[in-house]
Amino acid sequence: MKYALLLYSSEAAGPQTEEEMAEEMPKWFGFTEELNQAGKNHGGEALLPVATATTVQVRDGSRITTDGPFAETKEVLGGFYIIEASDLDEAMAWAEKVPSAPYGSVEIRPIMEIPGA
Amino acid sequence: MTANNSIDEVFRAEWSRLVAVLVRDFGDLELAEDCAQDAFAQANQKWGSSVGVPDKPAAWLTTTARRKALDTLRRSSTYKDKLAEIEVRARRGPERTAGGELIDERLTLLLGCCHPALNLEAQVALTLRLVAGLTTRQIARAFLIEEDTMGKRISRAKAKIRQAAIPFDPVDTEVLRYRLAAVQHVIYLIFNEGHSSHGDEALVRGDLCDEAVWLAGLLARLVPEDAEVHGLHSLILLIDARRSTRVDAEGLPILLEDQDRCEWDRVKIEEGLSALGRAIEKGPVGGFGLQALLASLHATARTFAATDWARIVSTYDLLLEVDDTPVVRLNRAIALSYAEGPQAGLDAIEPLKDDLDGYVYLHSATAELLHRVGDDLGAIASFERSLECAPSEAERKFLERRLNALGA
Repeated sequence: MKYALLLYSSEAAGPQTEEEMAEEMPKWFGFTEELNQAGKNHGGEALLPVATATTVQVRDGSRITTDGPFAETKEVLGGFYIIEASDLDEAMAWAEKVPSAPYGSVEIRPIMEIPGA
Repeated sequence: MTANNSIDEVFRAEWSRLVAVLVRDFGDLELAEDCAQDAFAQANQKWGSSVGVPDKPAAWLTTTARRKALDTLRRSSTYKDKLAEIEVRARRGPERTAGGELIDERLTLLLGCCHPALNLEAQVALTLRLVAGLTTRQIARAFLIEEDTMGKRISRAKAKIRQAAIPFDPVDTEVLRYRLAAVQHVIYLIFNEGHSSHGDEALVRGDLCDEAVWLAGLLARLVPEDAEVHGLHSLILLIDARRSTRVDAEGLPILLEDQDRCEWDRVKIEEGLSALGRAIEKGPVGGFGLQALLASLHATARTFAATDWARIVSTYDLLLEVDDTPVVRLNRAIALSYAEGPQAGLDAIEPLKDDLDGYVYLHSATAELLHRVGDDLGAIASFERSLECAPSEAERKFLERRLNALGA
């Protein structure tokens, strides 16, 4: 069995300053290492803040782009892809092709690049 | 011409080009903006004193700004990582379309500022800052918000551009078509912000009309083959031509029929008519072009009574084919009342009442028509209803004045 662990928190909670972040980072590296050692890690990423989000939907055959996360209250997370794209335009073009885009929303979140990780 | 005047003109003509070239060469919006600003500050000092503006100010500005950008990058820790990318970019030079035509960097900059992944407010602010060259303070004043709030809005947008990798790269023709619509929308919105302000506000916000006229003209030069950009340019010019006659000394709106047509700006009307000619020549004429056609019918009518109302009604019919909204239908109904009489107008408004129940102008237009058919009691009721639809301060005073005139 594989499980996805989806990490939710308020952006106002947790480490806010660079110092606080530096203090917390070892915990993340430690947890990742523990998963690795146990042979249980199948991948994971940190996302950039929600202010960098873009949502793509397809309605009546046309792409609708929105700045920000934009799931309807009844919409629930049904899956995710991690893709490589040269810029947001390419990522949006892939998002538009996702089969659920005509009836759901595809939120695009850039992945954080962690130096040395 | 004074030296200062001509520096202002150079700024007007060269700012967007300079920012655009720097964005193209360095791929960094913040750096481009800072270095363009720095180059103009140096130019101001140098040219303002004794030397005067050189023959080729653009070349001097570009060299100065590029040098500054390279200096800044050299001092940054990531310079070595970026060096290869910068060299590739700098060697690439001006971009070309698949067909080999040169693409103006300013078009790329405009499209980037109006990228659909940015919210509309951010698109407007970035366009005014990076393309029109307004300062954050000027933009904040024009939008009646704190400079600090506007500053944050702009930095958030830049952060998203950087972090989400929103590209400022040339787009192909197919993408250009729908991305152009966003640019047009932003320019129209900037114009409307300035145009719809009254009284003291108008003194400050009228600048937005000037910026929109300039931006629309720039876009028309950048994409001369597109009919709608000429349509937008024409529309903005023709409406702006009436700017000085739209409000009275108290800042209250003056109806089209009461405006002093001698005061309309003939130069803008001529420019607007030529732009409309280009829109029709390129074709097909879209929503902006048709609205420009409507504006041209007003602009060329010698008096309100001499307006070609039948042609205005038939133009509204064409507009409804591309933009069928209750507001367009309301405007058509008003035109119809002049072509065929007030009762025809009232009949055409009737089916719009549900959709536009909260709309000031539905009720004020109804009131005017009822007054014209002699039903002043009905007119008073409709004016009173329009006052319940949250009119602006100037609109409220205007409506009250109309009510008083009816003896209410």
